[in-house]
Amino acid sequence: MQNENLVQISFFNQLMLVHPRKKQNERSEASVQVSEYFVNAEGTGDKVNLSDLLGTVEKTSGASNKTKKQLRNLQSSKETLELPLNKQQTEKIQRGIAYEKTTAEVSCWKNIILQNQKAEQMVFPLNQESSGPKRVEQVVAGWKVQTPLEQEIFRLLHGSRQPVNDPVLTPVEEQSLKAMSLEEAKIRRAELQKARALQSYYEAKAKREKKIKSKKYHKVQNKAKRKDFLKQFDEMVKTNPEGALEELKKMELSRMEERMSLKHQNSGKWAKSKAIMAKYDDSARKAMQEQLQMNKDLTQKMVVPSDDEHESIEEGLETVPDFVNDPETVIDPVNPWMRGQLTHEEPERRTRKRKSLENLKGRGKPASEVVEEDVVEVSDKEEEEDEEEDVSEFNTLFRLMRSEKTPGEEDEEGLLSEGQIRVRSIEDLEVLDEVVEPRAIEEPSAPQTAAAEATSEPPHKKKREINLKEVLTKEAKAVRLPFLPTVVDEEERDEQISIIKEAFAGDDVISDFIKDKSRQEAAGRPAVVDLTLPGWGEWGGVGLKPPRWKRKRFRIKTAPPPPRQDQKLPDVIISEKRTASVASHQVSQLPFPFQNTAQFESSIRTPIGSTWNTQTVVKNMTKPKVVTKLGAIIEPMVKEDFIKSKTTSAGDLVFLSNCPEKINFIIFFCCKP
Amino acid sequence: MKVKVLCRNPDDYVRETTRDIQRVPRNYDPTLHPFEVPREYTRALNATKLERVFAKPFVASLDGHRDGISCITKHAKSLSTIISGACDGEVKVWNLPRQECLRTVQAHEGFVRGICSRFCGTSFFTVGDDKTIKQWNWEAPGYGVREEPINTILGKAVFTGIDHHQREGTFVTCGQTVDIWDEQRSSPIRSFSWGVDSFSCVRYNPVETELLASCASDRSVVLYDTRESAPLRKVLPFMTNEITLCFSLYTYDIRHLDVPVTVHMDHVSAVLDVDYSPTGREFVSASFDKTIRIFPKDKGHSREVYHTKRMQHVICVRWSADNKYVLSGSDEMNIRLWKANASEKLGLLSAREKAATHYNKKLIEKFQHHPQVRRIARHRHLPGDILKQKRELREMREARRRKEQNVRKHSKPGSVPLLTEKEKHVVAVVE
Repeated sequence: MQNENLVQISFFNQLMLVHPRKKQNERSEASVQVSEYFVNAEGTGDKVNLSDLLGTVEKTSGASNKTKKQLRNLQSSKETLELPLNKQQTEKIQRGIAYEKTTAEVSCWKNIILQNQKAEQMVFPLNQESSGPKRVEQVVAGWKVQTPLEQEIFRLLHGSRQPVNDPVLTPVEEQSLKAMSLEEAKIRRAELQKARALQSYYEAKAKREKKIKSKKYHKVQNKAKRKDFLKQFDEMVKTNPEGALEELKKMELSRMEERMSLKHQNSGKWAKSKAIMAKYDDSARKAMQEQLQMNKDLTQKMVVPSDDEHESIEEGLETVPDFVNDPETVIDPVNPWMRGQLTHEEPERRTRKRKSLENLKGRGKPASEVVEEDVVEVSDKEEEEDEEEDVSEFNTLFRLMRSEKTPGEEDEEGLLSEGQIRVRSIEDLEVLDEVVEPRAIEEPSAPQTAAAEATSEPPHKKKREINLKEVLTKEAKAVRLPFLPTVVDEEERDEQISIIKEAFAGDDVISDFIKDKSRQEAAGRPAVVDLTLPGWGEWGGVGLKPPRWKRKRFRIKTAPPPPRQDQKLPDVIISEKRTASVASHQVSQLPFPFQNTAQFESSIRTPIGSTWNTQTVVKNMTKPKVVTKLGAIIEPMVKEDFIKSKTTSAGDLVFLSNCPEKINFIIFFCCKP
Repeated sequence: MKVKVLCRNPDDYVRETTRDIQRVPRNYDPTLHPFEVPREYTRALNATKLERVFAKPFVASLDGHRDGISCITKHAKSLSTIISGACDGEVKVWNLPRQECLRTVQAHEGFVRGICSRFCGTSFFTVGDDKTIKQWNWEAPGYGVREEPINTILGKAVFTGIDHHQREGTFVTCGQTVDIWDEQRSSPIRSFSWGVDSFSCVRYNPVETELLASCASDRSVVLYDTRESAPLRKVLPFMTNEITLCFSLYTYDIRHLDVPVTVHMDHVSAVLDVDYSPTGREFVSASFDKTIRIFPKDKGHSREVYHTKRMQHVICVRWSADNKYVLSGSDEMNIRLWKANASEKLGLLSAREKAATHYNKKLIEKFQHHPQVRRIARHRHLPGDILKQKRELREMREARRRKEQNVRKHSKPGSVPLLTEKEKHVVAVVE
């Protein structure tokens, strides 16, 4: 230990000997560069030359000859380096680069600023977390399982596919949600409803049919069934060949049975009796023929028809739903519920009843009886028909509802573009341009019809009003309007006409009106100002006219005024004079953002008050642009919240006419007193 | 048997509370409510009149200082607290709702040149004419304990302004140079200078937190980035020969400093201070002409002018952090509290009141171009001398314009270019 210390001390002494400590530089006056720790490097004042450093290289053996040579060359060369740029210029360059960088950085706010300027409403403070209770999922989202027990429970929950956090739906529920939207569900429900209705109807029908004892009826039924079956079979050949084969086998079997039996071969008791009658009775003969035909049919071998033949048959036989033939009479185009048959089926039903009555007659019952017992008598058949009707009605309604849904989607555009602008007249429509809807035109038709009623009314009110048509001899412009049927006593009318004619014998209101209008039009037209001075520059005197050139030059014509508003309205005079009392309230110049008067007028015309609009619309329209919360500190935007990644580059700088809100600096002229 | 009955939802006709008005089903058929435009116009006119009637912006005056107010700052976290510094070196902490002084500190000898609050709201900094920067605790010391700053930094020259970074522990001062300081160190971590001019004001950008701007005494504005070693750019607004006419404010886009985006003119004397509203849509300016004005950020003229008989030259102005009030400090030792919207009703509003105010505002906006509405809405009362000065200025401007026109008329076409108001106002951008 002591030895070690001794060695160290001696080493230290040696060092001291080699580099005897220099005197510490002391600060005598305030210098610009004051080191914080009073540490001065040794030999601060001395200058070190390159040759001093390189001298040692020559002596060291490790350095290669090549580098030594290079260094020697370097030492001997006399070329000097260029002077660095002066301080001002370097600083300027530095500033330029820094400015570019900052500019690029700042312009990444561009989108946010634009967005905020365009925003309909800004709510300050921005980015505020909603106060009040949070949803459970949000609270739970940050939570993680820690203890083994929790993990166990978690695993169990996952195993049972129970939702743990955010989506609080089981996978099954999610699937079901995905599977069907509300619209689809509604449609499906309607379909199911329809199917159920049809099923119950068919069941009821079958039950009824079973009870019927009439042989004839069943015969007809069987025949229909057979036909049906054939049709079905044809279809089956196409769609389900295996099933068809099975059916074919069955048919073959039945054919064999038919061939074995004597059923339709005019050999039975009935046939024999008919054969006796056949000589005299036509119907009996026919019946026998039919039976034979039946036999023939049944024993015939099945031939599978070729494709095109089949098609043509199918076309003919294709079942057409009954509603196809129903005429779609539109009573009220506005109300879709009126399009079904329910309301106007009365005549049809009557005809059907009549038919059934005829049928009954055919059965041999006296007509009078039937008429008397009308309600009670209505046969099963008719009931059935009624029911059928009901179903068909159901079909039609259903179909209507379906069909209405599809155009509804097309209409959606119209619904969305529904503006605040209220259409009242044709001028409004012209302003609207693109929002022209047929229904909009219907509106004014209501007052028109009212007017028509008013005009058609006078004959009832005898003495009060004057019927212009009857009084005036001149023909007025015909207006075609739906008149209500009026019933007027002819004599009274004549009398009235004569009275009125007498009273207004001298008046010609219409011609007066036309004169008045033309006078006003003439007054509005610009007059030609005649500035010719007769005798100026030529001979003057009585009877001398100014020459043509003079008239041409000194008669000043002003441009015609814009067309009058009542130009195309023969029965109206619109005064276009400006009234002084109103003028003080009117806007004299088109205000800045608007481009034409129509725009401005439409903006004024749209009412925003609750007198004209529903509550929600008013709320939306009167929304303030900036909303601040009482007593909440509005912090400046934090860059990290709004700008996720730096995407903008210096290349796409665009000048913003209305400029950033917080990027700008305000500069003010400052001269303190 | 199925019985179908008409059923009504009671929500449609029963009111929610007994204090609510009865719900009346309305028919919105336009034929039943004719003359919508004239009726709304009347309402708009009435709303405008009422707005002017209720325009009483002055809320309170805080007195207690014994010299002119030189600077005001807001507490970073509390709306109800402000601090003000006076020309005698006194700093006062105020409670606004109670309108009383909470604490008085003799902070400096001579003027208090600048105050700024730390972003966390625990302390504030003051600079004064005695070449010191002092950091003070927001909390008042206990009874009998002397008021002493947490930290004092002795500088080499007078500091004229100070501002604190939005989120970090650094602040900036200006004087001979613009210095950036770390709170932990006694010497600036960086200092910028450009030429030999001294600086009168320095401010951080609240959003781009590394950007600074300062006003120099050669009427230039210099931009800085704290991350760079050199200042960014210098702008010299308004021409020297026009200096008598320039009592305007200029909004610049940092990226295009050659032309101001907007020139805001209305003051008739020098503008001494300016502050943005926290929403960034408007700003308020204090002027030597004894008025404060509120300008929309993109409009050339003010929307509001506040003045009182006793208010002298307004030295400093601040917009409160909730966007509802404006504070102004003036020469005659008073701090005044104003409403930012003169006719706004303070306090909580019921839903119907709110709806009515919104509707009225919208109506005024809708009919703002109608002469009667505009006339009423724009009318402001101004003291006689300011009005006189305004007229004088207008006359001078008019004369200048006329002269320019005449020069243009009598010189070669194209040699005297037509300049817009904005273009007139920049002399040079120094890179």
